[in-house]
Amino acid sequence: MRRVRWGWVAVAAPPVIFIGYFFVYPLVRILVLGLSELSIGASGVEARLIRVGWFTLWQAAVSTVLTFIAAAPLTWAVSSYDFKGRRLAMALATVPFVLPTVVVGTAFVALGWQESIGAILAAHVFFNVAVVVRTVSTLWSRIDPRMQEAARVLGASEWDVFRRITLRLLRPAIAAAASIVFLFTFTSFGVILILGGFRFATLEVEIYRQAVTLFDLPLAAALAIVQLLGVSGALYWYSRYQERTAVSWTLERGANLRRPKGRARTGVLFATLGTLIALAIPLSMLVSRSFAGTYYQALFRDDPVVGVPAQAALNSLVFAVAATLLATIVGILAATVITGHRGELSRWFDLTLMLPLGTSAVTIGFGFIVALDWPIDLRATRWLVPAAHALVAIPFVVRSTVPTLRSVPAETREAARVLGASPFRVWREIDLPIVSRAGMVGAAFAFVISLGEFGATSFVARPASATIPTMIFRLLSRPGQTSFGMAMALSVVLAGLTAAVVLAIDRVRFGELGSF
Amino acid sequence: MLQVENLDVVIDSKPILENVSLTVADGEIVAVLGPSGSGKSTLLRAIAGLVEAATGDIRWDGRSIANVPTHRRGFGLMFQGYALFPHMTVGENVGFGLKMAGGDDIADQVEEALSWVGLEGFGSRQVESLSGGEQQRVALARTLAPRPDLVMLDEPLGALDRNLRQKLVTETREVLEERDVTAIVVTHDREEAVAMSNRLALMRAGTIVQTGLLDELLADPADQWVAEFIA
Repeated sequence: MRRVRWGWVAVAAPPVIFIGYFFVYPLVRILVLGLSELSIGASGVEARLIRVGWFTLWQAAVSTVLTFIAAAPLTWAVSSYDFKGRRLAMALATVPFVLPTVVVGTAFVALGWQESIGAILAAHVFFNVAVVVRTVSTLWSRIDPRMQEAARVLGASEWDVFRRITLRLLRPAIAAAASIVFLFTFTSFGVILILGGFRFATLEVEIYRQAVTLFDLPLAAALAIVQLLGVSGALYWYSRYQERTAVSWTLERGANLRRPKGRARTGVLFATLGTLIALAIPLSMLVSRSFAGTYYQALFRDDPVVGVPAQAALNSLVFAVAATLLATIVGILAATVITGHRGELSRWFDLTLMLPLGTSAVTIGFGFIVALDWPIDLRATRWLVPAAHALVAIPFVVRSTVPTLRSVPAETREAARVLGASPFRVWREIDLPIVSRAGMVGAAFAFVISLGEFGATSFVARPASATIPTMIFRLLSRPGQTSFGMAMALSVVLAGLTAAVVLAIDRVRFGELGSF
Repeated sequence: MLQVENLDVVIDSKPILENVSLTVADGEIVAVLGPSGSGKSTLLRAIAGLVEAATGDIRWDGRSIANVPTHRRGFGLMFQGYALFPHMTVGENVGFGLKMAGGDDIADQVEEALSWVGLEGFGSRQVESLSGGEQQRVALARTLAPRPDLVMLDEPLGALDRNLRQKLVTETREVLEERDVTAIVVTHDREEAVAMSNRLALMRAGTIVQTGLLDELLADPADQWVAEFIA
């Protein structure tokens, strides 16, 4: 005797409709369009796919290797030693990671490095150092030191211990960090569009160019399929690797840190200061050059081509509020469904909701312009911008609320039911108060993501609905020192807004940034 | 009066309860005694409506309540791990059932319920700050505060150390008797079952094997297992 539970239907409907219409349906349209293009086999399509795909692949691989080399000294220092300013150093090293990609791109233009592969790789390293430092050091600092001591007693030199014991034990964390960095650089868009010009195009940039500049939607769709295959391949490799190399050993409960002495002290000092200074150079250049002129005032003047640039800041804030509300409501409802039902339905739902995370923002934006002409043409409305931002942010909201909801034992809800609470009141009195705190963190993430989002926005934002990132890009693509100065000034404003929100999150819950 | 008639409960296609029948008269305290895994907790959950019965019926005062959802049954259940609400104060926990019933003077009733278990003035305390024994008493007060028709206690003293248990066995029984409630106490401990109830129901492998007073069971055990289990 099974009754239809209308309450559950009401909770599940908004996320199902939202994800279904704004994500699954456009993805299907892209697949149909791209596969028909590939089956026609138009001349030159294959060669182009291979050329762009190859560049995307090797720059991502090289960026990943270089990021590990650059992150090694600081990772070693914060994993082994407890020193004054350790936490501060880690927080500062994380700053580039939370910056919007257009800000990172603009900062390297401010260094005078544009239109080169070197600039692209440097920007990728700059952005991703924190991923390696945080992911690897979490594990490294908790390795039981007795294992290393045992190896020493058995006759291993310090180098042998590092190579044969420490590095081997760190493999899962290294694989995790490598896949994250690889995915970020494989799907890199803003940085390459700004620093690569037309000479260097990844799949993302090529999708954008074909779709927005040349209006060749079928070719763009074919590129998007290659992109999806690449991302799925990386994720598949990572999950297989994790299964094969899962080494279990007893981790120390807390971090195992010594005070640095003698030569180690000098090493820690150099590693920490060297990394931080290197990371500070592009940003300080950006800030100082943005003040070399009356660029900030110029942001408020009406420009015949781009309008009043400061208007973009207002647009961004309005969109960010809308996207945050949308992502938080849909995300919390989705988390309720995922945690409230056990079994196939909930697992399928969980997986579908995580897909936007693996799909690039460019594919999401591209899907909007391919598919959202049905049942009514939505492509001209400005509200597509917050819808796209919400889609990017929903996985983060779900990820930050599901663990909290799961931590509520079933008995707690049952106790409320026995005491006379209807299913709706159980949700309101138990789930909602408990989830709202984690929901705040998710909402703040959504806000930051919306402020800096560029990939999807570049497809759906109209000139009248420009956001800060798209305005920065328009200013950068225009010749002239004043335009460039205004782009730098607007980048500093965006960096400041982002930093303010991230600091607020950090106050609510420190360390949340460490879990990707 | 509660009547459980030929109840079968199946969870994940495994039979947990088989043909269970049990009657609890008004004002009576019945202890369901049996080894762990014998289905005692499931019996309470079925009576509370938290699990569905495959076959059989549950009646209260002669009327079937099989189709009444949990929150409208008006029963009380004290969970094994207490299941206190972590985001509420002691007072909010105890007042939850009263709030759900939409009553007035919740504050006064909460204070009264706390006085039954000797926790006057604890209303504004946080749940996490309580000791194990205090948590047990808050859970008891929360269960009793809405004055439920039937009180069910699932291993009410299971999580506590031995000294505290001996003290609270007497206290809990006194609280139940003063309120003149109808109650079912689930336990795996023979001493506890005898000290807290008027009548015993022995449970094994999802079935009630025998019911009666301790003396009756000792004098005329249904089988070898009963004789050994209560000896």
